[in-house]
Amino acid sequence: MSEKYEHYYVPEQSPWPIVGAVALFMIAFGAGNYVNEVTKDQPGYGGYLLLAGVATLIFMLVGWFRNVIDESMNGLYSRQLDRSFRQGMSWFIFSEVMFFAAFFGALFYARMIAIPWLDGASNNASTAAVLWPAFEAAWPLLKTPGGTETQAMPWQGLPLYNTLILLASSVTLQFAHMGLEQNKRGQLKLMLGLTILLGACFLALQGVEYVHAYQDLGLKLDSGIYGNTFFLLTGFHGLHVTLGAIFLLVMFLRIVLKNHFTAHKHFAFQAAAWYWHFVDVVWLCLFIFVYVL
Amino acid sequence: MSTVTTDPHAHAEHEHHHGPAKGLKRWLYTTNHKDIGTLYLLFALTMFFIGGAMAMVIRAELFQPGLQIVEPNFFNQMTTVHGLIMVFGAVMPAFTGLANWLIPMMIGAPDMALPRMNNWSFWILPFAFSILLLSLFMEGGGPSFGWTFYAPLSTTYSNDSTALFVFSVHIMGISSIMGAINVIVTIMNLRAPGMTYMKMPLFVWTWFITAYLLIAVMPVLAGAVTMVLTDKYFGTSFFDAAGGGDPVLFQHIFWFFGHPEVYIMILPAFGIISAIVPTFARKPLFGYASMVYATASIALLSFLVWAHHMFTTGMPVFAELFFMYCTMLIAVPTGVKVFNWVATMWRGAMTFEVPMMFALAFIVLFTIGGFSGLMLAITPADFQYHDTYFVVAHFHYVLVTGAIFSIMAAAYYWLPKWTGHMYDETLGQWHFWCSLISVNVLFFPMHFVGLAGMPRRIPDYALQFADFNALISIGGFAFGLSQLLFVALVVKCIKGGKKATAQVWEGAEGLEWTIASPAPYHSFTTPPEIK
Repeated sequence: MSEKYEHYYVPEQSPWPIVGAVALFMIAFGAGNYVNEVTKDQPGYGGYLLLAGVATLIFMLVGWFRNVIDESMNGLYSRQLDRSFRQGMSWFIFSEVMFFAAFFGALFYARMIAIPWLDGASNNASTAAVLWPAFEAAWPLLKTPGGTETQAMPWQGLPLYNTLILLASSVTLQFAHMGLEQNKRGQLKLMLGLTILLGACFLALQGVEYVHAYQDLGLKLDSGIYGNTFFLLTGFHGLHVTLGAIFLLVMFLRIVLKNHFTAHKHFAFQAAAWYWHFVDVVWLCLFIFVYVL
Repeated sequence: MSTVTTDPHAHAEHEHHHGPAKGLKRWLYTTNHKDIGTLYLLFALTMFFIGGAMAMVIRAELFQPGLQIVEPNFFNQMTTVHGLIMVFGAVMPAFTGLANWLIPMMIGAPDMALPRMNNWSFWILPFAFSILLLSLFMEGGGPSFGWTFYAPLSTTYSNDSTALFVFSVHIMGISSIMGAINVIVTIMNLRAPGMTYMKMPLFVWTWFITAYLLIAVMPVLAGAVTMVLTDKYFGTSFFDAAGGGDPVLFQHIFWFFGHPEVYIMILPAFGIISAIVPTFARKPLFGYASMVYATASIALLSFLVWAHHMFTTGMPVFAELFFMYCTMLIAVPTGVKVFNWVATMWRGAMTFEVPMMFALAFIVLFTIGGFSGLMLAITPADFQYHDTYFVVAHFHYVLVTGAIFSIMAAAYYWLPKWTGHMYDETLGQWHFWCSLISVNVLFFPMHFVGLAGMPRRIPDYALQFADFNALISIGGFAFGLSQLLFVALVVKCIKGGKKATAQVWEGAEGLEWTIASPAPYHSFTTPPEIK
């Protein structure tokens, strides 16, 4: 038990959190104004404030992480703190799971309850007869009760390739991790680089798919509940892939430029890997429930 | 342990943080759990008075029938922002402040596990609430759709402040999630040797479970506000039947967050009461293990009852019954708790200092709130009560005489430990009795006007409710004024008073009472021994 307290490290005071709080203030206040300005075509400062906030946040993250990395490389961190970081990261990922759960919940509710009810299922025969008698329940919902029409995104083709790409990236990441643990730095660098490359491919193809959806299929963010769930789920997933790829890129640079991490001490790498696998699992659920079924 | 590291290199480099830094930087850059706890508590107190001032506006308007003082639109903004501020700005930060101050001391830890993130969690809040309060001064006013922001009130019919509301809720959520992660990691990782889970004080246990609720549901709230944002501004139709969505979907998502949220606001209160009652009854807590299991059961059940807020939306009968029975099931573990508190007092050597008075009032009045909750859980009866003042009475009994009274009790109980001085007992008793009487004058008649059909969130009412509403308003003003006594008492206690001993209360047990009063900047320099 005394081992637990071998060298508990109380971090020094730090200016970074308050910088982070100011950054979030600028982002929230800026975005709140920007949304109004954009949708009403008014001039304003919201967009600039938002950008300044994002820049401040990046500045904060770089500074804060540099600080933490320095302390870690100087051996100030105990095993206890390492456990705290690990548990903190796991619970953060759990909170992310719950964020996606809200949107998946909306998807399931729309498919299994809202749309059938609009067509008179359960005890809603009179609702259907009075509101939109011509409406027919279907999924994907290609024609909304209000009359907006769209085409469905097939799962064959691009989405399937993207699924394979992302699954492959999880495998290469696992090889990178094994390389790190077995002290094969060459394998680590190669496989980690490959993972990031696959992530970038995924994002690029996702961009192509969006263009295809908007231009060829008429599938848009405002095309009714099918388009809503499609774009918000894939969009938030894409955002998380972007963050995960940046996370991995930072690890890559630390490994290649600074030769950081050892076979036994590599929490940051592991956290990035967990995050990447999480993003991968979310995609699998997405592929099944948004594209295939 | 603690800051005294065994590594000589680290020791030399970091010797300087054994005491607080000077000036403003101490508070802006702090990584100390006591500093951050103090900041949280002061912030919560400030928000309590801002939200309270809004309640005074509401009660002034409702003092007489007819429109007297404010425009209906402004009235709606007051009810909305009053609710948001009291939930997210007063009660939750007050509990987080108590968690920060007490959990490390109670488990024998040097500090919170992630102290810098702790600072970030706090400092987000003043900014988030500045945005919310600033939005009241926008053209068209602030949010006016009720704190529950039901669609389509918050989408089709809301004003321009909605986007600011959405983003301020987002950053509040970030703050809560980080705070919750910190609590969990601290408890799992930083307990002193020998402090097993089943030896932890109940306040630690209840917060542990609360923190899980927070990380499970705050992201869902983030999802809900995001869908409101896209529905209002970017043409999506999650909550619009014309696009294949459903306004009722909003209520499902909101209350999936909202119902665990009400337990987030009451579970730590259970922990506080479970600390105070044994001290002043001079007996150990009756049924410790059953308290832990009851807390966990309440938390699990809280995920299965959300739709009892939505009985009148036209759900299938099966769903109505399911949610009714699950809701009533919660009365079982809650009953276990009340029974245990009473059994703890049975044949105890009781004394009635202010913390105990608030704790006793909590047990009685929270139970009344629980009973009205049971009435609301009965599906057919709820059709009568829904959206009336009966609901307002119910949740103010559990939140004001429940959560707020427990926070008051906690403040009196631990103030000597925080400041090193005893508070003024006479002034405290005045505060208690004024609060107790006025709060019942304020909320008890609401049951009757509610049952008689007075709807909530309306600035005007039918003439037959006039006398009761005048009485309610008088109770409201009296309760508001009584809280000024509390501020006077806290200021007095910080400035001076009788020196407090380390033990403070004769019957107090637990690690926080083994260290000096006021608690030193870093609590434990060696791991305390847990028997």
